Amino acid sequence: MESIIEKAREKLGNKVKNYFKKNEKRHYLEINPHDIIECTKIMFNGLESRFITATGVHLRTGFEIMYHFSYDKTGEVITLRVYLNEKDKPEIDSITPLIRGAEWIEREIWEMLGINFKNHPNMKRLLLAEDWPEGKYPLRQTEK
Amino acid sequence: MEEEKKKQTVIPIGPYHPLQEEPEFFKLFVNGEKVEKLDIEIGYNHRGIEKISESKHFDQVAFTVERICGICSTSHPFAYVNAVEDLAGIEVTDRTKYIRSIVGELERLHSHLLWLGLAGHFIGYNTVWMWVWKAREPLLDVMEYITGNRQHYSMFKIGGVRLDILNEDIPRMEKMLDGLLPYIDLFKGAVMDDPVIQARAKGICPLTKKEAIDFCAVGPLARASGVDIDIRRDNPYAAYGMVDWKVITAVNGDIFDKIVVRVLEMYESVKIIRGCLNGLKKEPEGNFDLKIKNIPAGEGIGRHEAPRGEVFHFVRSDGSNRPVRHKIRAPSYVNVPTNEITAIKGTISDAAITLGAVDPCYCCTERCVVIDKNTNKKILGGSDLIKLSQEKTRELKKKMGITE
Amino acid sequence: MKKIVIKALTKSIWVYHAACSPCNNCDIEILDLLTPRHDVERFGISLVGSIKHADAMLVTGVPNMKTAPRIKEVYEQMPKPGVVIAIGSCACGGNMFRDSYNFVKPLDEIIPVDAYVPGCPPKPEAMIMGVVKLIKKLKGL
Repeated sequence: MESIIEKAREKLGNKVKNYFKKNEKRHYLEINPHDIIECTKIMFNGLESRFITATGVHLRTGFEIMYHFSYDKTGEVITLRVYLNEKDKPEIDSITPLIRGAEWIEREIWEMLGINFKNHPNMKRLLLAEDWPEGKYPLRQTEK
Repeated sequence: MEEEKKKQTVIPIGPYHPLQEEPEFFKLFVNGEKVEKLDIEIGYNHRGIEKISESKHFDQVAFTVERICGICSTSHPFAYVNAVEDLAGIEVTDRTKYIRSIVGELERLHSHLLWLGLAGHFIGYNTVWMWVWKAREPLLDVMEYITGNRQHYSMFKIGGVRLDILNEDIPRMEKMLDGLLPYIDLFKGAVMDDPVIQARAKGICPLTKKEAIDFCAVGPLARASGVDIDIRRDNPYAAYGMVDWKVITAVNGDIFDKIVVRVLEMYESVKIIRGCLNGLKKEPEGNFDLKIKNIPAGEGIGRHEAPRGEVFHFVRSDGSNRPVRHKIRAPSYVNVPTNEITAIKGTISDAAITLGAVDPCYCCTERCVVIDKNTNKKILGGSDLIKLSQEKTRELKKKMGITE
Repeated sequence: MKKIVIKALTKSIWVYHAACSPCNNCDIEILDLLTPRHDVERFGISLVGSIKHADAMLVTGVPNMKTAPRIKEVYEQMPKPGVVIAIGSCACGGNMFRDSYNFVKPLDEIIPVDAYVPGCPPKPEAMIMGVVKLIKKLKGL
């Protein structure tokens, strides 16, 4: 089976800011936050890869979200990496209108890290209790 | 429209209900018998493991992630060690690979048997439950024999496994597999030939291929809908690339197909274990641990095909002895939302088996109440949902002329 | 307690099982007790679907923000006298989840606990032994 990564890089074109190859099966592509909808479209609809999940990380300079896609024919995992250089009120477009399977993970990142997903159809608490204090995000590094 | 809304009845299932692996809360909006909408609320099981994991060192995390789920308690350490080995570029020995696959597959067998028994319980076949769980016991005995524990095996560590499987123990395991096969044949026969199970499961609440792809479903659930994915084959790890086996798929995605896929997968698991045991005989004993000391900085992704589907772990290290970020995605996380579209294709009495067919497993006891929105009075309580399901089976039997 | 109450309580115990954000392991071991290998129904121990029918409540797992108020509610609905048994290390003291942000407080600070069965998970035999010890204690043996 031919590797998908060359095709992906070609289709994503100049949206890719940075490419890092960990090994044959693991690829990391850095993109701009405003490109996320189009890149997801290319990955999910164009290349028919499966959305696994997204990882949100709190960094010193802001936030980072990684969207992991799996291309099951070759067993490769392609990760789209997005940096949000905003410390208090980070925002990014929601990909749930494109992929139904992304609904829960975006809700989780919102309540764990406080990243707002624009145009999310059903933004409410997923894991934490209803009376969890507003503005406290357990996975931010400031929380003990 | 206003009038319509008032009449709608809400059936809350949970948070304590035996269908659910985690105490989850389903709200069924029903009109008569027909389910119209399903709302899922989770978080009753949230313990913040991702955060706890960041405060443990790499070796301890293997034990920590084991405690995410007791039924697939090997799959999380499996995916975790895959992730760290991907991060550090470690290639483990062949003996380790075989042992890992054996433990993983034994767990799949035990998990599928557990599910099959409880699925039987839901549609009113308690005999199936008792028989299947009886067949499961020798499996747990072998697990205890080779790992030291019936559950939570604690076998996995970065760069190896904690205990070796001695060559002299292999005949004992082969004997157990020989004893298990007739049981699986029996269950296969029971599922395939029984007209009542067919009537209760065929064509009920199907998940189509397109829906499975949209929801990014994984595991037996996706395979029953015709999505041909299996991490063990697509991205071979451990010994899965070294033995002969095949991926089971079906086409319809209804409950019957979900049962069939799981039953047939058990044969494949037995095949894999036999292959691994044969491979193990050729490897020198004692060569099962690389004794990894330091984990370099970097990122790693590990995946494992758990009994319920793909487990995904992402580990980021900054070169210290603890992970900076550890992301875990369990298969039920993507499989459970599919209930939102499958349950509305059926009636209330199908809901029990539909919600169960995802294999979120169950542990808790039943606590379900039907509340009429107008009067706010409880109509059904306790185990009535399962009773309803069991009554439907009884009626079907009557119609078919089968006496109990 | 009166003698007749003790007799009624210790014979043919009906148990209700409340999972309080566990990892399921203790839960499947509890179910395992009912199946042919251990078959505690021999002794009249039976799992019931409603707390209102139960003599004993088995609690597994650590109480978290969402389950803690609910477990209290369930306990209040239990007909008294009844006993509470904490199954597994999590229910006994929090285990490794003590440091979690979602952990409230140990189970025995929320509801009174009569017996503890530690282990991760405890073997079915250990659970039977826990029940036996509890019965002995109630009878004053």
